[in-house]
Amino acid sequence: MDDELAISVRGLRKAYGDNVAVAGVDLDVRRGEVFALLGPNGAGKTTTVEILEGYRHRDAGEVFVLGADPAHPDADWRSRVGIVLQGTGEFDELTVAEVIRHFSGFYPDADDPDKVIERVGLAAKAKARTHTLSGGQKRRLDVALGIIGRPELLFLDEPTTGFDPEARREFWELIRDLAAAGTTIVLTTHYLDEAEALADRVGVIAGGRLVEVAAPNRLGNRQEALATVSWRTPEGTLESAQSATPTAFVADLAARYGGEVPGLTVTRPTLEDVYLTMIGHAR
Amino acid sequence: MTTTTKPAAPVTATRSRRPGAGALALRQGRLEITQFLRSRESVVFTMGFPIIMILIFASIFHGEIGGGVKFTQYFITGMIATGLMTVSFQNLGIWIPVERDRGVLKRYRGTPMPKWVWFAGKVIMVVVIGIAETALLLAFAVALFDLDLPGTAGKWLTFGWVAVLGVIACTLCGIAISSLASTARSGSAVVTPVSLILQFISGVFFVFTDLPTWMQQVAALFPLKWMCQGLRAVFLPESFGAQEPGGSFELGRVALVLGLWCVIGVVVCLTTFRWTTKRDG
Repeated sequence: MDDELAISVRGLRKAYGDNVAVAGVDLDVRRGEVFALLGPNGAGKTTTVEILEGYRHRDAGEVFVLGADPAHPDADWRSRVGIVLQGTGEFDELTVAEVIRHFSGFYPDADDPDKVIERVGLAAKAKARTHTLSGGQKRRLDVALGIIGRPELLFLDEPTTGFDPEARREFWELIRDLAAAGTTIVLTTHYLDEAEALADRVGVIAGGRLVEVAAPNRLGNRQEALATVSWRTPEGTLESAQSATPTAFVADLAARYGGEVPGLTVTRPTLEDVYLTMIGHAR
Repeated sequence: MTTTTKPAAPVTATRSRRPGAGALALRQGRLEITQFLRSRESVVFTMGFPIIMILIFASIFHGEIGGGVKFTQYFITGMIATGLMTVSFQNLGIWIPVERDRGVLKRYRGTPMPKWVWFAGKVIMVVVIGIAETALLLAFAVALFDLDLPGTAGKWLTFGWVAVLGVIACTLCGIAISSLASTARSGSAVVTPVSLILQFISGVFFVFTDLPTWMQQVAALFPLKWMCQGLRAVFLPESFGAQEPGGSFELGRVALVLGLWCVIGVVVCLTTFRWTTKRDG
């Protein structure tokens, strides 16, 4: 038994007819960790997460979420898991406060509804009918309903789709707060910057397989990757070279040019480069 | 690779500030009623339909059906029954697919709410709206058409159990049929014809015994005919029982058929109810 694991998955498989959505995923998420599942649309992110949330049944594999098999969720387990689905469940005729207050009644140790409304930034909209909310505000309501029960584990499925940049920053702060308070967070996203900003570890999923799991700055051996040094020759043509020791390389260049090297840049692969390479291989 | 790592067993919750099961069901019912009352179309069509129908019927059929009994006294039974069916069967059969499609049901499934609480909320809503709508209909009929209300406690009792049993049967059937609709929009396409046909063959719009015998027999398979018949026992004189197909109001059989539909409804609900849409897997 390992008390440190919030989620443990071995050999998870799920197919819809001939279409294999998840083709053997192994995954561990530690308690208190922020874990991002990164992948293109149709990669199997949502299927994987919905199996972990107890919404879908798997074809094969062993899955433990907070010590229990999510295929048979009971009320106690449900009260410890918070879920933010992909844009669902509107209560058009009710106000924000009514919906949040109502859902708080389902949980044994619910948070104060007013506090949660404040926390997700909906205080000004508390008395508004939910159909009058903007897309981003509806998403905040989703998040409020996900955290009202003070979950130990929070699932967020593409939580910031449709947010403007400012709203995303605010949302990231909220996630960091929750993580700092000890909530384990599993989020799916196709935004690389979001994974990089929030996650302790990122799992890249493509074609139903987990291609790699690593800290964002370690993904695809980014740190060890060769740096690209490029510069302009006196004739004006662009030169570039790959180097494991770019500092020495640049010093050498500087000596050659007798000082300033025209148009000098030193780059390493961005997360995006690494990611695109990975999902490209998986296809 | 085989692994033996397994996460910890769940920590048992020791404290609970959650309302009790009964209170949960009541607040679910209150929420459903609030949602219903705030949706103007539901209020107008569900509550107004039987009243508009009785106004039309009373304007078409003047005079008596015989034995000093006015047409409105006869047709009020069909209007009450059809009103109860609208608020339960039709209302749920149309709205549950919408809620399923919007993901409202999926959202509930993700909470620790016991499943039955959601069903209880629907039943409470249907019963409360059903009572309000029937009272409104009776008030209109008494004020405008001199409807005679049941005169004895026994008849009110019959009114009560026929209405309750009928509403429960129709509610369960409404929940059951909601799973047939694959999208939000197809709910009314599935439910409306069923309910319209039943109204025609069950004697809501016509004197039941004037209908062809085969039609009467088909109608006898479904709850609406028996709801109408039970209500006729309440609103018509005892002597009218002799004109029923069975030679009396057959209250025992009314209870039996409606009870049977409750059982069928429960079984179908338990075996086929879906919290998510088909494309949701």
